[in-house]
Amino acid sequence: MASYSTSEFKGGLKIMLDGDPCSIIENEFVKPGKGQAFNRVKIRNLKTGRVLEKTFKSGESVEAADVHETDMQYLYADGEFWYFMDPDTFEQVSADKAAVGESIKWLKEQDLCTVTLWNGAPIIVEPPKFVVLTITDTDPGLKGDTSGSGGKPATLETGAVVRVPLFVQIGEAIKVDTRSAEYVSRAKED
Amino acid sequence: MTEKPDWRPSASLEMIQARASLLARIRDFFRQAGVLEVETPVCSRFGVTDPTIESLTTRYTGPTAPQGCDLYLQTSPEFPMKRLLAAGSGPIYQICRVFRDGELGRRHHPEFSLLEWYRPGFDHHALMGEVASLINRLTQAPLTVEKLSYHEAFDHYLQIDPHTANLEQLRDCAVGHEVAGAGELIMDSRDAWLDLLLSHLIEPHLGETGMTFLYDYPASQAALAKVRDGKPPVAERFELYLSGMEIANGFHELLDAGEQRRRFLDDNRRRAAEGLPQIPMDETLIDALVSGMPACAGVALGIDRLLMFLTGCNDIRKLLAFDITKA
Repeated sequence: MASYSTSEFKGGLKIMLDGDPCSIIENEFVKPGKGQAFNRVKIRNLKTGRVLEKTFKSGESVEAADVHETDMQYLYADGEFWYFMDPDTFEQVSADKAAVGESIKWLKEQDLCTVTLWNGAPIIVEPPKFVVLTITDTDPGLKGDTSGSGGKPATLETGAVVRVPLFVQIGEAIKVDTRSAEYVSRAKED
Repeated sequence: MTEKPDWRPSASLEMIQARASLLARIRDFFRQAGVLEVETPVCSRFGVTDPTIESLTTRYTGPTAPQGCDLYLQTSPEFPMKRLLAAGSGPIYQICRVFRDGELGRRHHPEFSLLEWYRPGFDHHALMGEVASLINRLTQAPLTVEKLSYHEAFDHYLQIDPHTANLEQLRDCAVGHEVAGAGELIMDSRDAWLDLLLSHLIEPHLGETGMTFLYDYPASQAALAKVRDGKPPVAERFELYLSGMEIANGFHELLDAGEQRRRFLDDNRRRAAEGLPQIPMDETLIDALVSGMPACAGVALGIDRLLMFLTGCNDIRKLLAFDITKA
């Protein structure tokens, strides 16, 4: 089993902690001039997303987590699982609701997502930074004010709700930044 | 460290200037105090036996050592400076580079600058006074001075007696104060648990508003300090903290050659038990103590950390011209 010593600790390193894969966010070396050395680390549990702290004695070894990120195409959902495909190998994996999490509202078929695999199974699905989605519902009545100030809520085809400028209407495709859930622009017609 | 580093310095030009100015003011202070500046070898055939400090080594081959001999890079200039004291140097100071393997972080770097000085006739309290005068010479406005014994600090912040608590009580204290992961740490020495409590729970409070001196350490952490008999016996050792950061470590120095030898041997026994390399103890220091060293106090002060404090910089690497990743 692969393992890492505390002197290999750095941001982004994937380790196993209490049976869950975790990613090191911050690693601080703590040592009295004459005394025991410690590594105080901030870690994200990749399954729960929870951030926790932990102190290790320097020199200890910790089991490595077999975790890697890969770009995969979102195919479809069947109500229980969301299916993704590796565009190079055509290999498919299914992600459960916990792995898809908040990303659900941005998933559009064919889009390329970043999937984090632990021992080959998806644990995190991240949508593309920008997605193009069609507005399925928004208040059509507000005209006159086209200055763009204020804005209104719009429901998108995936169910996500974002604030859009007043001039944007039902049926239009818009570009959204998924990190902030903010409207970027009208999408150009292809 | 295999990638070719960016050629540009780690530190800003302002920081490089701040260091130069700090060094000049330190030298002024000691010139006015009548303390002699000295230089001693960076490389020695003897190393430091302390099991919590690892030395870097290098090798010399040439006249006097045609087959080559291993040399230890100093982790502090303490031993040769004490030999100068024994030879009658009087008060001395040194500013030098020291080296410690395995130490890298916001407050640690494998090579760093140390200011070390010795005062014949001083005890650790008198030397704390001089450290405070030096610091106040270097700060914009004078800082308040707080002195806490090691016992008082543990009693005040953790309500535990560091001299009598057993290993389980120290562990419970760490777990109770939510040191993350303390419950799973495997450490069979009381001192390691005291280090955990001090570094995680007490240190952040020390020197919050001024200078805090911690003094009279457990005898088991005497290092090279004199142990004062009493209940319990304590090591006449001190540390200075500024803004939660350890800045200096000083001793009312051990003079007893036999006791010094026992501590070196004991360090190497602990090293053996922990699977660490054996280090040749400095026999020349023991000879100097046998010949007689004046009663004195000495202190080592981290110049880089002091510069961090004075400039408000939170990472030692940002005040080194080139940190180890660029060296």
